[in-house]
Amino acid sequence: GVKDGRWTVLQLVEALGFSLENTDPRTRGRGIQLLSQVLLQCYSLLQEKEVLHLVLFYESRLQDNHLVIPSVLQGLRALSMCEVLSPGLAVSVLKAIFQEVHVQSLLQLDRHTVYSIITNFMSTREEELKGLGANFTFGFIQVMDGEKDPRNLLVAFQIVHDLIAKDYALGPFVEELFEVTSCYFPVDFTPPPNDPHGIQREDLILSLRAVLASTTQFAEFLLPLLIEKLDSELQSAKLDSLQTLTACCAIYGQKELQEFLPSLWSSLRREVFQTASEKIETECLAALRALSACLSRSVLTSDSEDLLDSFLSSILQDCRHHLCEPDMKLVWPSAKLLQAAAAASLRTYHRITHSVLPLLLEQYTKHTQSSQRRTILEMLLGFLELQQKWGHVEEDESTLLSLQAPVCSVVFSALLDPSVQLQLVGIKALTVLGSLQGFLSSSDLELVVDHLIRLALHEDSQSSEAAMEAAGSLAPTYPKVFSGHMVPRLEEELQSEREESHHNHHSFQQRCLQALAAVSTHTSIVRETVPILLQHLQKVQEGTEARNTQDMISVCQSLHRVALQCQQDAEGCWYFHQTVVPHLLAMAVQAAMPESTHTLPGKALLEEEVLAAMIPVISAATTHLSPELAAQSVSHVVPLFLDGDVSFLPQNSFPCSFQPFGDGECLEAQRRLVALLMAFVCSLPRDVAIPQQEWLLRELLALSCSCNCPFTATTAAKCFAGLVNKHPAGQQLDEILQLAVNRMEPSLAEGPHRTQALTLLLWVTKALVLRYHPLSSCLTDKLLGLLGDTELGPATADGFSLLMAESPDVLHKGCHADVRIMFRQRFFTDNVPKLVQGFHGAGPDVKANYLKGLSHVLNHLPKPVLVTELPTLLSLLLEALSCSDRVVQLSTLSCLHPLLLEAPQIMSLHVDTLVTKFLNLTSSPTMAVRIAALRCAHALTSLPTTVLLPYKGRVIRALAKPLDDKKRLVRKEAVAARGEWFLLGSPGR
Amino acid sequence: QVNDAESTVSVEFTPTIPHCSMATLIGLSIKVKLLRSLPERFKLDVHITPGTHASEHAVNKQLADKERVAAALENSHLLEVVNQCLSARS
Repeated sequence: GVKDGRWTVLQLVEALGFSLENTDPRTRGRGIQLLSQVLLQCYSLLQEKEVLHLVLFYESRLQDNHLVIPSVLQGLRALSMCEVLSPGLAVSVLKAIFQEVHVQSLLQLDRHTVYSIITNFMSTREEELKGLGANFTFGFIQVMDGEKDPRNLLVAFQIVHDLIAKDYALGPFVEELFEVTSCYFPVDFTPPPNDPHGIQREDLILSLRAVLASTTQFAEFLLPLLIEKLDSELQSAKLDSLQTLTACCAIYGQKELQEFLPSLWSSLRREVFQTASEKIETECLAALRALSACLSRSVLTSDSEDLLDSFLSSILQDCRHHLCEPDMKLVWPSAKLLQAAAAASLRTYHRITHSVLPLLLEQYTKHTQSSQRRTILEMLLGFLELQQKWGHVEEDESTLLSLQAPVCSVVFSALLDPSVQLQLVGIKALTVLGSLQGFLSSSDLELVVDHLIRLALHEDSQSSEAAMEAAGSLAPTYPKVFSGHMVPRLEEELQSEREESHHNHHSFQQRCLQALAAVSTHTSIVRETVPILLQHLQKVQEGTEARNTQDMISVCQSLHRVALQCQQDAEGCWYFHQTVVPHLLAMAVQAAMPESTHTLPGKALLEEEVLAAMIPVISAATTHLSPELAAQSVSHVVPLFLDGDVSFLPQNSFPCSFQPFGDGECLEAQRRLVALLMAFVCSLPRDVAIPQQEWLLRELLALSCSCNCPFTATTAAKCFAGLVNKHPAGQQLDEILQLAVNRMEPSLAEGPHRTQALTLLLWVTKALVLRYHPLSSCLTDKLLGLLGDTELGPATADGFSLLMAESPDVLHKGCHADVRIMFRQRFFTDNVPKLVQGFHGAGPDVKANYLKGLSHVLNHLPKPVLVTELPTLLSLLLEALSCSDRVVQLSTLSCLHPLLLEAPQIMSLHVDTLVTKFLNLTSSPTMAVRIAALRCAHALTSLPTTVLLPYKGRVIRALAKPLDDKKRLVRKEAVAARGEWFLLGSPGR
Repeated sequence: QVNDAESTVSVEFTPTIPHCSMATLIGLSIKVKLLRSLPERFKLDVHITPGTHASEHAVNKQLADKERVAAALENSHLLEVVNQCLSARS
């Protein structure tokens, strides 16, 4: 009634009069409880005067019997949310609470009510409460003193934080306030299991840290506490202290830290030198860094001494001499401490490098062993990387600049060292030096380039790779030097005919090609390297040597790398596309001409491997084109294939016309180039319209169904599928698909082109499954039906892996295909029941096909899904283990392996079957199966020991046989598995 | 030294110091690991590099004695220590 205004609160109080004044405290309690409940519901409707009376009433009730208090507090909480509370009342309520109530003797819920009252007042009546001065703080300290419940603590910590952050008067109670909060540090709280409140240890830690690190006034109390906890044995206490220290440094200044610096430093040093825990070390370094940063931030007054200076001096004094002993244990901790301090600010960096860098350089020359030199150089590298962080080198101050010559000579000497490890560090250092603007002079740069060329062409693959990577990362900074020096040198080396042995020369040329690709990280360099690569390709094609297939593939790989590197840069990408795509097409068309003069060598370009290597080049050059440019390009390429329009190709005078879709025996070679068409059209962005798409699709469909060459037919099918996948939904798409189905059905049923039809069916199904097209289920059903076919069954089963796997050249995200997430899971839930059903209904000779298909589907499913779904399929999988097909065995074993590790409980039900089957398979004739079986036998040991013990003797005896296997890899697995079985159930495992 | 044709394996190990008290345990662990990892046809010989241990002969004799090795592995405490040596990876 009160809510809709028919009753006033005063009337309610009068009506309750009897129970409110009753002498029995229980009845009084109930009366007040009712009143408080009403107030909680409608506190917003109260008048100022009513509030005044109610407050006075409740205040007087605070002195009442302890049974009444909880309800009184509820009522006060309701009133504390009133907006019309007249000034002064808040203060008087709080005073009354502080005076009359002993909060910590209340229940958790009622304590929480008190905290909410305080919070409410603090958020609405800040001014009034501040009028209370330090008394408020003192009152609150009394309220929270001894609090134990984590839920209340979170609120209380929040209040303390607000007290400090909003500048309430703390008066003489700073230490008390600190005591009352810091007694919880470090937080040691494990939430009870099934805790409904969801308070984590981390929440408490963070809110307490926020309190402790919120004011400099706590510093004199907090720092000794932190040092004490840091010296304790407890890992978590150490971590918490370090993190709190780091947080404190954000607001502290010199004044607060001054007194404690020596002991802080000695604690930090001890931890870094002695700890075994990486986490503590990281936190120590972070704390040291924060400390130094804090010190270097403080403004100096003229009379005080520079604390930073003395602090750094003590660090240097303690760490420097360790750097001179590169074999000893303390080198790295010292270096890390110094680097952490140096990373704090530019000033600390100068101060430390000023002392350390000359020392390191001197030590480098003093030690001659390459392992020691490597350690020293690695430390030097650490400091150089810090310089990178500060960016530009300042002319007047930088110690590094003054040491430029010795640093360079040290790094160069490392590059000349025979030890590969030292070379690698040297290359890294070189990369860092190069990235410091203005550090290397132009003559140094030439030297750098010379070194990089030498190393890139070096025998050792590790340093050669590192050098190429370094060249790639430096090239954008100094494009002129690299295009002026490195590119011509590499070109020269590439063309030089060496008198070396055949094999050496070959791998040398390959490294040249790789290096050329690696430096092409800047547009201006790309413009120089691409023509060289294309020229080389042309040369290889015209050459007569036997292994030019391999050479062409290497060139294509290099081109691919260049393409990937310039994808992000629109200009470079367009240049690459414009240059490379027509060139490759022209060469291919030239080679495919029936009466081309150089018949035999020209054909090398048309070999499947070479075409397959060209596909990623064209694809990578196309995927990142902007739609306008892509449209421009597509208007050239598609007519080339449909109309034989060669006008845009360089050297376009061909002896006869290009008709890849025409009929005739002699056009076999031209048809193979559909692979290049596929690479191009299937990589286009989805919004680029393809001219004459209908016609193109029809031609592709015809080619894929009728061509005798499997390579051509498959590519045509892939191309068709790639286009269908991106085709916008609608009537046109349906027509095309209907056409495809009509075309496939008769040839699937009988005739010479059954395999081709199956390939087409597989690819089209994949294209549709990926985009969740409704027709896909109809096509998969067709595939499921084909599993029962004696002739096509095995191929269809293998096709399931094609459906589920990521395809490298078409139909993946990179080439803008329409791929829904979770399509595998969806395929799994839709089709696996049918597969299982088909398996049970199938004849004995085709059962294996179903199992194979199933295991392919399972193999590509994400592991977490697999683990949840597999138990239902387990019996089928166990049956599959006895299947004689080795592909089925292998994929089943690889399905079971994660399951053994992740769902041991379910697996242990079948332990008998599993042990028998695995042990049988360890004598399989196929090596891969033996290895997988032994791995599974190894994984079996993760099942509960009690289940396994009965089999221990048998397994150990059976595993003795593969120990003598003729293959090393099998023996290795057998040793691992047998050792683990020996340990089962023995003491000391 | 492995001789596959004659099915023999011979291992020489050098203790850290001449008085190394762990020499027997190290030898035993090597022997047990080999026993578990090699096909049964191999005959094992584990011994200390000549001249590197004070009681070289005593230890070698212990390691060569099949029955003493078998007896050592019956001792559950010793087996525990050996197993700990062999599963140190975790």
